[in-house]
Amino acid sequence: MFRGTWPIFRRELAGYFGTPVAFIFIVIFLVLAGVFTFQIGGFFERGQADLRPFFDFHPWLYLCLIPALAMRLWAEERRSGTMELLMTLPISRAGAALGKFLAAWAFAGLALALTFPVWLTARYLGDPDDGAVLTGYIGSLLLAGGFLAIGACVSAATKSQVIAFIITAVVSLGFLLAGFSPVVEFFSGWAPAAIIETVSSMSFLTRFDAMGKGVIDARDLIFFGSLIGTCLIINVLLLELRD
Amino acid sequence: MVATVEANVQATEHAPASGSGGAAHVEVRGLTKRFGSTSGGILAVDGVTLTVRAGEVLGFLGPNGAGKSTTMKMLTGYLAPTAGSAKICGIDVTRDPIGAKSRIGYLPEGAPAYSDMTASGFLSFIASVRGYKGAEKKRRVALAVERTNLGGVLAQPIETLSKGFKRRVGLAQAILHEPDVLIMDEPTDGLDPNQKHEVRNLIRLLAGGEKGSGGGAGRGGRAIILSTHILEEVEAVCTRAVVIAKGKIVADDTPRALAARSRYHNALTLEILVRMEEAGSDASAVAAALREVTGVAAVEGVSVARQSQASSGADARVSCTVIPNAHASIQAEVSRLIRAKGWQVESMRVESGRLDDVFRDLTAS
Repeated sequence: MFRGTWPIFRRELAGYFGTPVAFIFIVIFLVLAGVFTFQIGGFFERGQADLRPFFDFHPWLYLCLIPALAMRLWAEERRSGTMELLMTLPISRAGAALGKFLAAWAFAGLALALTFPVWLTARYLGDPDDGAVLTGYIGSLLLAGGFLAIGACVSAATKSQVIAFIITAVVSLGFLLAGFSPVVEFFSGWAPAAIIETVSSMSFLTRFDAMGKGVIDARDLIFFGSLIGTCLIINVLLLELRD
Repeated sequence: MVATVEANVQATEHAPASGSGGAAHVEVRGLTKRFGSTSGGILAVDGVTLTVRAGEVLGFLGPNGAGKSTTMKMLTGYLAPTAGSAKICGIDVTRDPIGAKSRIGYLPEGAPAYSDMTASGFLSFIASVRGYKGAEKKRRVALAVERTNLGGVLAQPIETLSKGFKRRVGLAQAILHEPDVLIMDEPTDGLDPNQKHEVRNLIRLLAGGEKGSGGGAGRGGRAIILSTHILEEVEAVCTRAVVIAKGKIVADDTPRALAARSRYHNALTLEILVRMEEAGSDASAVAAALREVTGVAAVEGVSVARQSQASSGADARVSCTVIPNAHASIQAEVSRLIRAKGWQVESMRVESGRLDDVFRDLTAS
């Protein structure tokens, strides 16, 4: 069922490092993470040995950077004609979609892992709760996976990377803000309570917040897992589209 | 009399394999593709039925938009047919796409490849996807590289390669796994004459069932389908020509037999020396005399040029093409006339037919 996942995963991951994209992405990610954590987040000023100011900015960082990572996944295949090559190789569509998604996710995970000096700093200054740090990292990785799955799905529908970037960013913003009062207020008054509840339960921010505090709820894991799964299924279906 | 009679035999040394011999590697039944809504839309391929056997090189001919590429895309499993079926080595492309695809080598139009990869990286990726590992993978890649002469550019990113090399990378990718069925969409399109020649040689080599390959194509060769709109290519490499127009097959024959449908089949192209006053200033008298010969339908392309060194009094060089009725041989009768008139033959050539002429007849609406 997942024929071709491994070679495609390897090709995609190597592809990030074959171009300057990987280094630019990682450098920008680390610099921005540092700026947000230490300058804007007031890491030192708070006088607390935890990574809250670090994780708090991840959703916004991902909102800008993950669409850039996901946009080329399928749009580039469509634009350059390699889609026809790939889809006539003896692989399953699900295998191809999974391979590409996992490669992008692994790359995002690598960028995230390279932020470990923040944790070392906290340990040097005090005694952070390592469990909370770990759940924060897991939450951040799941968040990145959610954004990436949305991005991969959008990328499969267009041959333009720019369009893929913009639509992914807008959809991601929608998921981020789903639990916020402007969105909830937009629905309240005319939509039934069940819909309002569903929409606000989709909020990335609310779910991510809990994990940053060290709480891993099975519902949050299921949420991100099923979001990624749903997006990948839509992604596979979109691969049927021919131009 | 200096008569150079050259029968214009085409380069079809391969035995015409249609009908007999190899196993049916490609079986297409009523293949149909409609783009857009079920009622309206565009009918790109309309009930194509076709069998291609091992050892055959089938040239798919047709004007742009006739449905060649669409048919190939359905054969390779890229497009789902609206109706009908395609079987590759007995495997239905729609029911078991992975099984069918593993028997096919496919060169899509324009030979798309991951341009940021090196040629060797790309070929190893294809080999991995096709399930080869370790030493076997290296051997497969090395063999494909050797056959396509890619040795010098392996370390270069594909985007820096010339068009000819890019096409060869695409071919190497398609033949890596010794497929039973090789499908190529316009393999020589956009190449210069030398590159075209190389690619055609390679296709001939692949059709011939190479020694020591050890692959699946060892038993009875492979079936090759290529699309083109270059007619000389069909004559040069194909054992069979299928002409498609508006999604339908309008002819299916060997290139020679197809060319023989031309009104130029068995026509004579003449160059004779005559005396100007006898020929008339526009050679109309010569043309009229030829037209009187039994079996002659028409005389075309008559031109006359003054011959300077007038030995034996012949001072005009007349060229023309004599077209027979119903492809009959008229060489003897025309020769008799020439002898009777005392004309001097510079050259006489029997035409086997002009494929472009047949192509136009078959595909023009």
